[in-house]
Amino acid sequence: MTKSLKKYFLVFTGPTLIAFLIAFIVPFFMGLYLSLTKFTTLTNAKWVGFDNYQTALTGNTGFVKALGFTALVSAISIITVNLGAFVLAYLLTRKLRGTNLFRSVFFMPNLIGGIVLGYTWQVMLNAILRHWGQTIVNDWRLGMAGLILLINWQLMGYMMIIYIAGLQNVPPELIEASQIDGAGKWMTLRHVTIPMVMPSITICLFLTLANTFKMYDQNLALTNGAPLKQTQMAALNIVDLMYKQVGKQGIAQAQAVIFFIIVSVIAVLQLRATRAKEVEA
Amino acid sequence: MQPSKPARRKQTAGQNLLTALLTVLSLIWIIPLLFILINSFKGKFFISDSPFSLPTGETFAGLSNYITGLQLSGFARALGWSLFITVGSVAVIVLLTAMTAYYITRVKTWWTSLIYYLFAFSMIAPFQLVMFPTVKIADALGLATPWGMIILYLGFGGGLSVFLFAGFIKSVPMDIEEAAYMDGCTPLQSYFRVVMPLLKPTSVTVAVLNAMWVWNDFLLPNLVIGQDERYKTVPIVIQMLVGSNGNRDMGAQMAMLVLAIIPIVVFYAFGQKYIVEGVAAGAVKG
Repeated sequence: MTKSLKKYFLVFTGPTLIAFLIAFIVPFFMGLYLSLTKFTTLTNAKWVGFDNYQTALTGNTGFVKALGFTALVSAISIITVNLGAFVLAYLLTRKLRGTNLFRSVFFMPNLIGGIVLGYTWQVMLNAILRHWGQTIVNDWRLGMAGLILLINWQLMGYMMIIYIAGLQNVPPELIEASQIDGAGKWMTLRHVTIPMVMPSITICLFLTLANTFKMYDQNLALTNGAPLKQTQMAALNIVDLMYKQVGKQGIAQAQAVIFFIIVSVIAVLQLRATRAKEVEA
Repeated sequence: MQPSKPARRKQTAGQNLLTALLTVLSLIWIIPLLFILINSFKGKFFISDSPFSLPTGETFAGLSNYITGLQLSGFARALGWSLFITVGSVAVIVLLTAMTAYYITRVKTWWTSLIYYLFAFSMIAPFQLVMFPTVKIADALGLATPWGMIILYLGFGGGLSVFLFAGFIKSVPMDIEEAAYMDGCTPLQSYFRVVMPLLKPTSVTVAVLNAMWVWNDFLLPNLVIGQDERYKTVPIVIQMLVGSNGNRDMGAQMAMLVLAIIPIVVFYAFGQKYIVEGVAAGAVKG
C-alpha cells in the first residue's frame, strides 16, 4: 500500500509544502541572512556581520529592557494564571450545580481577539483609574498591572479547560484508596491528584509562557508601550523598530532572531523540567 | 413527563457556598463585556462622566453610536472579509494538512520525517522572526489579497495542524486502508472514502483552533493587506478606529467593540461543546 501511496507525494503534500515554503521556510532563512545585513528592502541588503546583534544587545533600541519587562510580566502571569485556573478546575470538577455555565463564562474571553480585548480593558481600566486622576499610561506599574489582569482574564479559562480534562482522567479508585488509607483532602490533592495531572500542568505552563512571551496585540491595544516604552514587551519592540524607524530593520531582524532563540530555549528547558516530574498511574 | 430523568442531588451547605462564590466570580468575569455593552448605548459625552451607571433618559443614545461607528469604519465590509478569510483558511488547512499528515505518517523515509520536524519547529517560531521576509515575498508573488492570506495561513499555521493530525493517524491501524487498497481503491479513493471520515474528531479540533486564531489575528493581515482600503479585517478596523489618537468618538468605538464581540459570542453559543472539547483535545495532543 505504501508503495502505491508513495507516488502520490505531490498530490498529498504538494500544496501544503508550497505554502509552507512561501510563508515559513524561505522567510526563515532570509530572516537569518537579513539579520547579518543592513537593509530596507529585500534587494539592498549589505553584509555587516554581527554588528546588528551587538547593537541589539548594547544599543539604545530598548530591546533588552523590553525583554526584561516581558520576563517580569510572564513570570507573574504564569503563577497567577495557573494557580487560578487549577483552583477553578478543581472546584468545577466537584459535583456542583451549574458547572457547565461557569466553565463557559470563564472560557469566553479566549475567543475574543487580543486587539478587541486590549481596547475593552483599556476603556474600562481608564474609567476606574479616573477616580484617582490617573490613566493606564501614566505610570508603568499601572500598565503592568493592567496587562497582568488582562492576561489572567484571558488565559485562566483556557488553562482551566485543560486542567479539567486532566482532573477527569485521574482514576477515582486512586482517590478513594488514598482516603481509605487515611489521607485527608489536602494530602490526597498533594500526593495523588497533583502528580496525576502533571501532564496538564506541563502543557499549561508551556502555553502560558509561550502566550505571554509572544504577546503583541494585547500590549499594542492596552498601552502601546507607554509611558516612554516602559511597558513595551519584546514582540512590540521588534515590530516598532522594524516598521517605524527607517534604516534599523537589520537590528530589528537580529532582535527577532535573539527573541526566537530565547523562546526556543525556554520552551525546551521548561518542557524537559516538567516532563521529568510526570508520573504514570 | 420524563420519569427517566434522575432526581437532582441535594447540595450540602458547603457546596451551596461554593456555588455562590463561583456565581459572584463569574459575574465579575463578564463585567468588562457588560461595561462595553452599557456604554455603547450612552451619548459620547456621558461615557467618561459616569462610566458605570446604566444609560437613562438623558444619557441614552439609542443606536446612534452604532450608526456613527458603521459609517466611520467600514465595519460591515471588514466583517465580510474576516469571514471569508477565516472560513477559507480553515477549510484549506483542514483538507490539506490532514492529507499531508497522512502521507508523512504512512510513508516512512528520511525526508518525510524531516518535513515532520520542520513543521514541529515552525510551531515555536515567533511571527516576528519571519515577518519582514514573509510580507515582502507575499507582495512579490501577488498574495497581498484575501485569497493570498489563505495561502499564508496554510503555510505559517499549518505546522500545528499537521502535528495534531499526525498524532492521531499514528494511532489508527492500517488494516482498513489495506483492505480498501486490496479492493482496488487508488490511494486517493482510499484516503477520501476510508481515512478522512476517521479523522473527523481531530478535524473538529483543528478547525476550532485555527478559526480562533485566524479570526482574531491582527499583525499578519495588517502588514499584508491592511494598507489596502478594500481589504481590512475586523481587528484592523478596530485598531484604526480605537487606536487612532485625536478625535476619539468614545461612543462609536464602544459600539464597534460590541459588534466585534457579537459574532464570537454567537459562534460560541452554537459550537460551545466542540470548541471546549477541541481546545482540551488540542492541548493534550500537542
